[in-house]
Amino acid sequence: MSPDATGTRPSTGGALRIGDRLLASFGLLVMLLALAALAALLYDVLHDGLGRLSWAFLTSYPSRRAEQAGILAALVGSVYVMGITAAIAVPLGVGAAIYLEEYGGRGRLSRMIETNIANLAGVPSIIYGLLGLGLFVRMMGMGRSVLAGASTLALLVLPVVIITTREALRAVPKSLREGSYALGATRWQTIQRQVLPAAFPGILTGLILALSRAMGETAPLITIGALTYVPFLPSDIWSPFTVLPIQIFNWVSRPQAAFAENAAAGIIVLLALLLMMNAVAIVLRDRFQRRSR
Amino acid sequence: MRLRTRALAEFVIERALFLCAATSIFVTLGIVFVLVFETGAFLREVSVFEFLFGTEWTPLFYDKHFGVLPLVVGTLLASAIAMIVALPAGLLTAIYLSEYASSGVRRVVRPVLEVLAGIPTVVYGYFALQFVTPLLQGFVPGLAGFNALGPGIVMGIMILPLVSSLSEDALHSVPNGLREGAYALGATRMQTSLRVVVPAAFSGISAAAILAVSRAIGETMIVAIAAGQQPRLTFDPRVPVETMTAYIVQVSLGDTPAGTLEYRTIFAVGMLLFLSTFALNIVSNWLRNRFREEYA
Repeated sequence: MSPDATGTRPSTGGALRIGDRLLASFGLLVMLLALAALAALLYDVLHDGLGRLSWAFLTSYPSRRAEQAGILAALVGSVYVMGITAAIAVPLGVGAAIYLEEYGGRGRLSRMIETNIANLAGVPSIIYGLLGLGLFVRMMGMGRSVLAGASTLALLVLPVVIITTREALRAVPKSLREGSYALGATRWQTIQRQVLPAAFPGILTGLILALSRAMGETAPLITIGALTYVPFLPSDIWSPFTVLPIQIFNWVSRPQAAFAENAAAGIIVLLALLLMMNAVAIVLRDRFQRRSR
Repeated sequence: MRLRTRALAEFVIERALFLCAATSIFVTLGIVFVLVFETGAFLREVSVFEFLFGTEWTPLFYDKHFGVLPLVVGTLLASAIAMIVALPAGLLTAIYLSEYASSGVRRVVRPVLEVLAGIPTVVYGYFALQFVTPLLQGFVPGLAGFNALGPGIVMGIMILPLVSSLSEDALHSVPNGLREGAYALGATRMQTSLRVVVPAAFSGISAAAILAVSRAIGETMIVAIAAGQQPRLTFDPRVPVETMTAYIVQVSLGDTPAGTLEYRTIFAVGMLLFLSTFALNIVSNWLRNRFREEYA
């Protein structure tokens, strides 16, 4: 993109050169500061929390005594809620993306849906919480259940799923579709047997990214009334529940230092989970790309 | 016969996929309906004027006042601090990455920014409360344990990747001919970047900035954890304040029965939040589309 810095341009005087170098070093400095902030955050969390991390911490219920408290209920709750969120958001989101990309065309209705999705992507997550509270918890009578929480998160990540899936579908070359049509395949046969397999790695990466966003969400679940003290595991989709970020929030908001350590340890677990999800996404994408080549 | 079932299946599948796509419309309608319904009930008991221009917000106390201004000012204060951090830093990063950096640097910096963007906000909240605020207390006299400054700065760090990646996209789509023209006239790289490329990408950069403001206004956990829960009409960044989002969290944590006026306040505040972010997003989208057309 940019031409060579020490290139063939005639020098226009020392002052300008200094300005040039100043801007470059400012840019570099800012990025180093961002890097330092990330390092400080990780150091702070590890420093505070690593000592609390143990098998007992992972397998204990919350407790009034900080040293005995653990994240079992939150961990299981998070996994449970994520599973149901995916079960709702993936078919809806991928289906919507297929419609918009493969069937939609440039009609007025498709354009309206597209604008709407772009706008939904910018709605603050806590507003989805209010939607979940009004719609799922109250009007549909789901209460403060796993199902209500998962439905809320599913609607929250829906725009992300749709947008990333559409990008993956768009990356599939047109010739693949035309070849399939030429062999007499119908539209859906073409999508099902040619387009979707080719777009799969991209779709999968998008889905995992969307889910890792849902995994870290706190505000909408607090708004629908997820509990902050849950000394049991959710038994079915109608159970009350808590999730890891809410447990962390609950510990952060207590004044005692021991609970802050718990929060830091919880954050380490949360970040490790997110890291794992992203690693899985990258590995899967690589594997599928190699196979399809 | 086979052909007919095939055609039927094709038709059914297309309809089903269309319904999936139409869901997004129902989500929007659902949001608007829930907010309008509860806010309407709220405004039957509290006048719009008192709500929008009242300077005291005490719906949870015995002596109730429903003036939302303290929450609005708290939100603006925290967002303004975030913008002071995120806009210059994000734009500088974008200029550096787009106009100066070697591809090696880019390959290192982009993932770091993505990691910053992927960290859950509750983690940033912990960072603001446990690390940044104590650090700032060392050289900001009178800084309370809960304040707008620490979370504001951390929010700026959180939003930086958004500003830098969108601005970088905007700078990237400026045609190279403009740069080459500037160089041909003897401009240095700095002059080219600041006087040619950045102005040419201005509407794209403004779109990024406006989206960043919208993100800051809607950000919840950082301020709920580290800014305190005291609705206060002040522009002093050192004292506890409460944002609109933090208020919604505060009420949700308590046991406010549905249908009461206190319960409805969160929807009224939510409505205000929704309308302001919605307006900002529309302006941002409009600017970005206009920018795209310019260099299409």
